[in-house]
Amino acid sequence: MVQSLNRLKETPSQTAGPYVHIGMTPNFCDITGVYKEDLGATMVNDKTRGERITIRARVLDGTGTPLKDALIEIWQADADGLYNSPSEMRGAADPNFLGWGRKATDMDTGECVFETIKPGRVPFKDGRRMAPHISFWIVARGINIGLQTRMYFPEEEAANAEDPVLARIEHKVRVPTLIAERGADGAYVFDIHLQGEKETVFFDI
Amino acid sequence: MSADPFSNRKPETGAFFQRDRLWHPPVFTPGYKTSVLRSPQKALLSLDNTLSEITGPVFGHNMLGDLDNDLIHNFAKPGESAIGPRIIVYGRVLDERGKGVPGALLEFWQANAGGRYRHKKEGYVAALDPNFGGCGRTITDEDGNYAFRTIQPGPYPWPNGVNDWRPAHIHFSVFGHGFAQRLITQMYFEGDPMIWQCPIVKTIPDRAAVETLIAALDREATIPMDARAYKFDIVLRGRRSSLFENRLEGN
Repeated sequence: MVQSLNRLKETPSQTAGPYVHIGMTPNFCDITGVYKEDLGATMVNDKTRGERITIRARVLDGTGTPLKDALIEIWQADADGLYNSPSEMRGAADPNFLGWGRKATDMDTGECVFETIKPGRVPFKDGRRMAPHISFWIVARGINIGLQTRMYFPEEEAANAEDPVLARIEHKVRVPTLIAERGADGAYVFDIHLQGEKETVFFDI
Repeated sequence: MSADPFSNRKPETGAFFQRDRLWHPPVFTPGYKTSVLRSPQKALLSLDNTLSEITGPVFGHNMLGDLDNDLIHNFAKPGESAIGPRIIVYGRVLDERGKGVPGALLEFWQANAGGRYRHKKEGYVAALDPNFGGCGRTITDEDGNYAFRTIQPGPYPWPNGVNDWRPAHIHFSVFGHGFAQRLITQMYFEGDPMIWQCPIVKTIPDRAAVETLIAALDREATIPMDARAYKFDIVLRGRRSSLFENRLEGN
């Protein structure tokens, strides 16, 4: 025998199920009066620094049908590339921007909309700068463990080309699955494909 | 950083331990039919954490309302309460190193005592309880402790197999301090024979892993003439020590 490392096992994940809204966006599913506002519904205020952007996101299943019961959370740096987190050692992030948002996909269209700001660049471990990006976490009925991915920006061609995370994708044909498109109205459109030829790159991170 | 509730603690800047994907359910579990078209088929891209995963949102206790952790009353009319067996659910949020996680936001949701959810997509004939919404939340204290009041939910049928039933359960959403710790799970109840026949429980391959989701009846924490108590501890990913890791200049 040797000494025990005294480590615990992480609690195993279980699906969020079809009624995820009750717990995480109760006002969205007409359970009103418990919380004033669904947590994460509003990301910016008048004083938030940075360029306002709109993201329209969908999650599509293996038949190309948008999920109408998915829930998406996003996490991002502020306009200067700082995270509003106790683990951020480089400086104080914009106090008017938490950098976290949460939306349920629409029960008819499958789309959800985030009103946020464009994040600044954040350093990789070795000091190289990552391209501006937003972390996504997706849960839904039928998803046994939350899926992690990122959204990058289409106009950041030079930064994307030197991004150390995108560089790790072996099959370059899959890189565009992480880059949003620009809609006619200026909004970023980000479709997350769970399966198929256009399957989004998901991370074990 | 702003409004840091843990300002007297050593900053947590290490990357998280690799997730044991064989302990968690795999994405493709045909016994749970909805997973078939919703499971990625390509290998995940494995990466050590960057700042984008080491950091994460934290929430202050001041966001909580007085009844947020009392599902018996937070949707009920004044002077009334939800129907069902009254219980307290309590426990600790720990990390894989066994340390309590302070300031962890927990959100929970559940069916009522008859097994009926308050949701437009719900199709079960069991009655709604006008005094039960089904949602609550709390934030752990300095040692990672949490507790809330609710009623014990009922089991219910669901359209998977022709005659599939879920065991009584409470859904949990858990935030740690890093976005890579984000976790959703379900708590089951000690002694429930429905646990071991459930296609969603069976997505977890290891029986020992399932057992960590079963809350223990705790008669010592029971409040006489009021509520029984169940203990449910939750473990989030732990961080590597950053003592000997190369750090960026200025970090």
